[in-house]
Amino acid sequence: MADLADLTLTEAGAGLRAGEFTSRDLLEAVTKRASATEAHLHAYLTLDHEGAERAAEAADESFAKGEDIGPVQGIPIALKDNMCTLGVETTASSKILDGWKPPYDATAVARLKEAGAVITGKTNLDEFAMGSSTENSAYGATRNPWNTDRVPGGSSGGSAAVAAVGSAFGSFGSDTGGSIRQPAALTGVVGMKPTYGIVSRYGLIAFASSLDQIGPLSRSVEDSVLLLETVSGFDPRDATSINAPVPNFGGSLDTGVKGMRIGVVTEFMGEGIDPQIISATRAMADRLQDAGAEVVEISLPSTEYALSAYYLIAPAECSSNLARFDGVRYGYRAEVEGTTEDMMARSRAEGFGPEVIRRILLGTYALSAGYYDAFYGQAQRVRTLVRNEFSAAYEQVDALVSPTTPTTAFEMGEKTADPISMYYSDLCTIPSNLAGDPAISVPIGLDDADLPIGFQVMAPALGEEVMYRVAAEVERLADFTARAFLATSEVMSP
Amino acid sequence: MTVWEAVIGIETHVELSTISKMFCSCPVDVEEEPNTACCPVCLALPGALPVPNEKAIEGIVKIGLALDCEINESSLFYRKNYFYPDLPKNYQISQYTFPVCEHGKLDVDVDGTTKTIGITRVHMEEDTGKSTHVGDGGGRIHDANYTLLDFNRAGIPLVEVVSEPDIRSAEQARAYGAELQRIVLALGVSDAKLEAGSMRFDVNVSVRPIGQEEFGTRTETKNVNSLRSVQRTIEFEIDRQIKVLEAGGEVHLETRHWNEDTGVTTSMRTKEESEDYRYFQDPDLLPLEVTAGWQDEIRASIPELPAARRARFIDAGTDVVTAGVLVDGPDLGVLFEQALAQGASGRSVGIWLTGEVVAYTRRKEISVSQTPLTAAHLVELTEMVDEGKLSSSAAKEVLISVLDGDGPPSAVAEARDLLQVSDTGAIEAAIDQVLAENAEAVDKVRSGDMKPFGFLVGQVMRRMGGRADPTIVQQLLRSRTSP
Repeated sequence: MADLADLTLTEAGAGLRAGEFTSRDLLEAVTKRASATEAHLHAYLTLDHEGAERAAEAADESFAKGEDIGPVQGIPIALKDNMCTLGVETTASSKILDGWKPPYDATAVARLKEAGAVITGKTNLDEFAMGSSTENSAYGATRNPWNTDRVPGGSSGGSAAVAAVGSAFGSFGSDTGGSIRQPAALTGVVGMKPTYGIVSRYGLIAFASSLDQIGPLSRSVEDSVLLLETVSGFDPRDATSINAPVPNFGGSLDTGVKGMRIGVVTEFMGEGIDPQIISATRAMADRLQDAGAEVVEISLPSTEYALSAYYLIAPAECSSNLARFDGVRYGYRAEVEGTTEDMMARSRAEGFGPEVIRRILLGTYALSAGYYDAFYGQAQRVRTLVRNEFSAAYEQVDALVSPTTPTTAFEMGEKTADPISMYYSDLCTIPSNLAGDPAISVPIGLDDADLPIGFQVMAPALGEEVMYRVAAEVERLADFTARAFLATSEVMSP
Repeated sequence: MTVWEAVIGIETHVELSTISKMFCSCPVDVEEEPNTACCPVCLALPGALPVPNEKAIEGIVKIGLALDCEINESSLFYRKNYFYPDLPKNYQISQYTFPVCEHGKLDVDVDGTTKTIGITRVHMEEDTGKSTHVGDGGGRIHDANYTLLDFNRAGIPLVEVVSEPDIRSAEQARAYGAELQRIVLALGVSDAKLEAGSMRFDVNVSVRPIGQEEFGTRTETKNVNSLRSVQRTIEFEIDRQIKVLEAGGEVHLETRHWNEDTGVTTSMRTKEESEDYRYFQDPDLLPLEVTAGWQDEIRASIPELPAARRARFIDAGTDVVTAGVLVDGPDLGVLFEQALAQGASGRSVGIWLTGEVVAYTRRKEISVSQTPLTAAHLVELTEMVDEGKLSSSAAKEVLISVLDGDGPPSAVAEARDLLQVSDTGAIEAAIDQVLAENAEAVDKVRSGDMKPFGFLVGQVMRRMGGRADPTIVQQLLRSRTSP
C-alpha cells in the first residue's frame, strides 16, 4: 500500500468508510511523516500526541458503531497556533504567550472536534500572524518543503508546510492580507480565505479584526470545501459573524467554466510580478477560455493603493488588539523594580518581537490625534474605493483571477532586513481582505527553480460556490501532481 | 468689582443593573468573591470577542427617551485606548461619533424656578475592573506596595450622560444630579447607588465675568460620589477659581480630585499631559441598529417619570415640597396614589404622609412598606379629622398607634377614647355646670369684657376630658354668654 500520508483528505475519508484503514492508521502515518520531516521543516510548534490518540480512538469506535458524522471524522488535521485550543499551548509564535494554555476552544476548533476531527497539533506562524515568511517566529523559522533554503511563505507557513508534506491531511490558517493564500502558493497547496463573517473569529487571536478570517489549506480543492464546510456558519459569540445559512460551497465543483465570464486583473499582470508567474497565469487563463469561459481583462486601478491602505488599517487595529498583552493577567511578565506601568512596558518590550513592535508603533501613530485623518481615515476611504471597484467588476464578470504572489518562494533571510519588500509579497492577496470577499490559491505548476506557482481565484462576497467552481476547473486543467521534495526524498525512509 | 458667573457641565456615569454584562454573559454582581464573575471575554483573553447585550441597549434608550433625546437608528462603538491594569483589554469599548442618544434636555427646579439643562449625549460603554492599591500611598497607585485586581466589575454596562455647560450654580448642579438619579430609579434601569459608585459624577467648572460670552478655563473634578459632594465641590471650585483670577492668576485646564474629608479639590494632572485615546471604530462590532419599531416598543415600556408624577400630585392638592417628598419615597407615593383612588383629600393625606409617617419611619429606621399602614387607614384617618371626630393632636396619636400595628384608626380612637364629642347635649350639660361655677367670669363676659372667655372654654374642654370639638364648644358658649 502506498504511504497513507500521501492521500488527500477526501481519499482518506473514503478509505476510512471502506474499512481499508482506521483513523489510528492515518494518525500513525502523519506522525511518522512529521517525525521524518520536522527536523528539516519546523512546521509544528506543538504536537498533541495524547489528544490526537484519544480523538482517533474515539473516531474508530464511532465508525465501528456505524456512525458517520461528516467528512473530517477521524481525519488528522493541524491548526495554526493562533487558534485557541482548550488545554493545549497556544502562543501565536510569541514569547509573550509562552506556555499559555487557553481555558477554551475557538469556535472553529470546537466545530472540528464536534465533527470528529483528530487535531494533530499547532503549527508555526509569523508572530501574531504578522509576516509573509514564517521567519518572524519567537520559536524559529519554518522552511519550505520544496527547498529548505527557501521560506514557506507566511504567516500560515507551518500550516502550509504540513499540508504540503503530508504531516496532516489538511490544516487551518488565518488570512489577514494573504496569510493563507500566499504560503499555499509558495508550498504548492490549495489555500482559501472565506468571505468575511463566514467562519467565526471567536478564539482566533486577533491581528486585525476587520480583515482576519480562518480558512483551510489542503491538497485538493474538494478537500478545501470539506474543511470549510466543517467550520463555517453563524456563531453568536462573534458579532461580525454572518447570521444566514452558509452557501453550498461545493455544489458546482464538477460543472466546469463553460459560459462563465472570468476577469484577469490587469494590475497584477505586469510590473512587479515575476515574468514566469505572469506567463503561467496567462497560460491558465487561456486554458480557461479554451474550456468555455469568456476571459476578459479587468482593470482595478485602486489596487495600487490597497497595499498602503492595508499597512495602515492592519497595524492600527493590531496596535489596539495587542494592547491586552501587558503581563498583568496572563503570559510573559518582565521582572522589574518599579511601577506597574514599568512592568507593563517592559513585559511588552521584551515579549514582542521586532516586527510586532514595528506594526504596533505604525498603528499607534496612524491613530494619533492630528494624524488620524491623514492616515487611518484616508486608508478607510481607499478601502471603500477598493470594495466599490470590486463590486463594479463583479457586475461584469463572475470571478476574477490573478497570480497569488509576485514571486515564488524566496530565500530564507532574503527580505528580513527590508520590511517593505516583504510587505510586497501580499500585493495580489490584500484586495480581497479589504473587500471582505472570498479568494483561493490553486497550484498550477513549477518555475525554473522547481518552486510552485499559485493561481488566485476571487469571487464576490458569499460567492464561494462560484470561486470553487473555477478553482476546481483550474485544478483539473493544471493537473499539478508534483510533490514537495521533502515528501519524496530519502529522509522519508529512516 | 467684577461679578462672576459659574459655568458648569456634568458627566454622569450610571451602571445598568442588567442580568449579564455588556459584552458577555457573566452576571452583573460585584458582591461575588473577587474574580469569579468573569470569563474569557471580560478578562480579555486572547481570541475573545464582544457581543452587545440587548437589555443594556434597551436601558440606555429608556434613559435617552426620558431625557428627551433623539435616538440614532444606527450608532457606532469605538475603542478608547489607554493602558491601565484594571482595564483588561487596555481599551474601553465606548462611543464617540454617533452615540445612541443625542440632543436632549432635563428640567430642574431650584427655589421655585425651572431651569432647562441641555443633554449633549447619552452613550454606551463598559465599566473597568476594580483596583485596590495596598501600601502607604493612601490608595494611590504610584505609592502602592502591591495592587489587587477584581474583574467582576469589568464589562458591566455603563451609560454616560453628558450635560451641556448650562448649569450656573452648585444648587442647580445638585438638583440636576438628584433629578437624574430619580429618573434612572423610576426607569428601573439602575440601582443608582451613589455611595456604592453605581452612579457617579465628573463635574466641569469654570467662571467668567457676568456678561462675557466666552467660557473661562475649566477644571474637571472626577468621581464625585454624592449629591452633597457635587454641591460642595462646585462651591469650592467656584470660590477657588474666582480667588485665583482676582489675584491676577490663571485657572489651569486640569483634572482635580475632591477630598471629602478636607473639603477641597486638589490637582491630579494637567490636561496637557492627558492621554490621546486614539479613538477608532471597534472592528469587532457592527453598527448598533435601534430601529424606529424597537424605539416605539421601548417608549411604551417607560413608566410615568418623576416630573409628571409631581405635577399630578400637585394637581391633587399637595404643595410642591410635599409632592417632591412623595415622589422621592417610592412607598410613600404608592400609598398616596391608593389613598387618592379611594377618595381621600390629596392635601391632607400628603401632609400626614410626609409629616408624621416619614418622622415615624426615620425614628424606627424602617421603610413605610414595613409598617402595617394602608391607604384605607389614611382615608379613614383624614375623614375622621375632616368630620370633626378627631382633633389633630388625637389624630397624630392614632396614626402612631396604627403604625405600631394596633389596628385601623377608628378602632384605635375608640379603644383609646380619643373620639371627639360633637354631641351638643353633653357639651350643653358641661357648659351649664361651668356657667354655674364661674358666675363672676360669666358676668364679665356678658358685660363685654371678653378676657375670661378663653378661660371658660378651657373649663368646658377640661370637663369634657379634652374630647369635645372646640369649635362647637366656642359656638355654644358664645350664644350662652351673649348679653
